[in-house]
Amino acid sequence: MAVLVIADHDNASLKEDTAKTVTAALKLSSDVDVLVAGQGAKAAADAAAKITGVRKVLLAESAELGQGLAEAFEALVVPLAANYDAILTPSTSQGRNVSPRIAAKLDVAQISDVIEVVDANTFVRPIYAGNALETVQSSDAKKVITVRPTAFKPAGDGGSAKVETIAAPAAPAKTHFVGQQLVKSERPELTAAKIVVSGGRAMGSAEEFQKVIEPLADKLGAAVGASRAAVDAGYAPNDYQVGQTGKVVAPELYIAIGISGAIQHLAGMKDSKVIVAINKDADAPIFQVADYGLVADYKTAVPELMDALSKAGK
Amino acid sequence: MKVLVPVKRVIDYNVKARVKPDQTGVDLANVKMSMNPFDEIAVEEAVRLKEKGAATEVVAVSIGPVQAQETLRTALAMGADRAILIQTTDDLEPLAVAKVLQKIIGEESPDVVIMGKQAIDGDNAATGQMLAAILGWPQATFASAVELSAGKAKVTREVDGGLQTLEVDLPAIVTADLRLNEPRYASLPNIMKAKKKPLDIKELASLGVDTAPRLKVVKVTEPPKRAGGVKVETAADLVMKLKTEAGVL
Ligand SMILES: Cc1cc2nc3c(=O)[nH]c(=O)nc-3n(C[C@H](O)[C@H](O)[C@H](O)COP(=O)(O)OP(=O)(O)OC[C@H]3O[C@@H](n4cnc5c(N)ncnc54)[C@H](O)[C@@H]3O)c2cc1C
Ligand SMILES: Nc1ncnc2c1ncn2[C@@H]1O[C@H](COP(=O)(O)O)[C@@H](O)[C@H]1O
Repeated sequence: MAVLVIADHDNASLKEDTAKTVTAALKLSSDVDVLVAGQGAKAAADAAAKITGVRKVLLAESAELGQGLAEAFEALVVPLAANYDAILTPSTSQGRNVSPRIAAKLDVAQISDVIEVVDANTFVRPIYAGNALETVQSSDAKKVITVRPTAFKPAGDGGSAKVETIAAPAAPAKTHFVGQQLVKSERPELTAAKIVVSGGRAMGSAEEFQKVIEPLADKLGAAVGASRAAVDAGYAPNDYQVGQTGKVVAPELYIAIGISGAIQHLAGMKDSKVIVAINKDADAPIFQVADYGLVADYKTAVPELMDALSKAGK
Repeated sequence: MKVLVPVKRVIDYNVKARVKPDQTGVDLANVKMSMNPFDEIAVEEAVRLKEKGAATEVVAVSIGPVQAQETLRTALAMGADRAILIQTTDDLEPLAVAKVLQKIIGEESPDVVIMGKQAIDGDNAATGQMLAAILGWPQATFASAVELSAGKAKVTREVDGGLQTLEVDLPAIVTADLRLNEPRYASLPNIMKAKKKPLDIKELASLGVDTAPRLKVVKVTEPPKRAGGVKVETAADLVMKLKTEAGVL
């Protein structure tokens, strides 16, 4: 049995989600290849070759792959699937965009957001915003799976696989890339950060969000997250959203400030190692999952926290 | 221009799902059910396109039990013109839903299909992409803005890292994300009017589509519970505990 992992990268560099997905793949087989599909992605392919346990890296490059177009991924991956028994993709927005398209073309189910590989046919995945875990057994000859990266440790970096360049087939020209607006940040990535500081509706404005949440994050070397309410109101960009339908994070420390703790938000952060909540409402549901709860107005609590951190040498 | 909107009846988003003690699934008896929130957004978008004159007809489709008629009536009350129920008591997997929708699309020939990015029960987020694949149509998933023009849709997508804009040739599949719009509440007069709008019912079996499940649910269990935490009195206390007790600073 051989497994293909579709790498997560931004053309310039490889994302840690790839090494986590390799860990899931190695539970299925020792023959794990990584596909780096993009443009100008040689460095990402070289990085993938260093992941422990990787047999071979396939590098395919074209403008459409670089733009992440699902149609281009379909054209590339479906023929490659003949060589593999399973195709694993991290369940990032890009993975979720392309993987079901590949599964349907192969006429197999997609098993979404797998958090545990039980055996070659049996997988565990969260459903209902993580309020239930479903164990499913697949009868398909090929498995197409998206992997929830937070559920797996990254494979090591002791590998030395070969990088093989393969041709990118032409993709149907029905989809045209117009442009993108990416949020630039010096902070660690939300899904890979050791500490995440998130703000909610209580912030009241984008200025307040920046004034309260960002300095605290910077002090802790943390990534910044947000609730849906904060994103909807324009206090924070869309890719900060943590939750059932946003990003799933599981840092060492998650600090929720002015977030009530709706089911959908909890779905994205309740596997964090330590959860801190600052909320002025002692009955807010976030306190039910918080290891440490501070019932306070953030307007006084966050400056005090900044102070206390400074005193503690942060 | 005709818009097709697939809508699913799911557990209401305010209800916390409970696992059945026998581990066969989630207890849905006497639980409030509603239209999947992302599908409400999709219906709203379709109705707005019609109100703007960009679309001429909005057809809502649901695959589900007899009660899914209520979900379709909600779509009609929001402004959809007609509805189709593909009746079944089976809970279909995304691939099967996509195949059923493919069949309906063959009969209805819509110019664009707007659907939810994810159903909040199974959390698969797969059906739209699968449907696009089997139809050989372009897809624009996780949409936060949609503009229709002659034969094309310009779609802004929410992606990791920010936003991406694509232009797809019609017919195409668009899946709705949270920021696409804020769905309206149906007014009472519109709820009354919706009762008279056409709602066709077909039995799933009559379509001749292979909807056999590919996955067998072995069990459904509760996620591990977090141990109860403590309240701290001050920010200084908090920092001390994070340092010495939790060891995360
Ligand atoms: C389909 C769907 C998908 C969704 N997906 C997500 C998702 O992925 N992620 C997500 O987060 N949500 C999601 N939601 C939304 C979710 O249901 C909640 O509405 C949202 O999480 C609430 O955000 P909030 O906690 O910031 O706001 P609120 O619920 O309004 O909470 C604000 C909190 O701030 C506290 N507060 C106010 N002022 C202060 C102050 N001065 N100091 C301290 N505390 C204060 C209040 O006590 C309150 O608890 C989704 C909803 C739907 C329907
Ligand atoms: N039974 C169904 N009937 C109608 N539409 C559905 C059904 N199941 C899924 N869909 C559509 O597919 C979208 C994505 O669902 P899923 O892939 O299950 O997360 C939903 O938001 C709906 O628009």
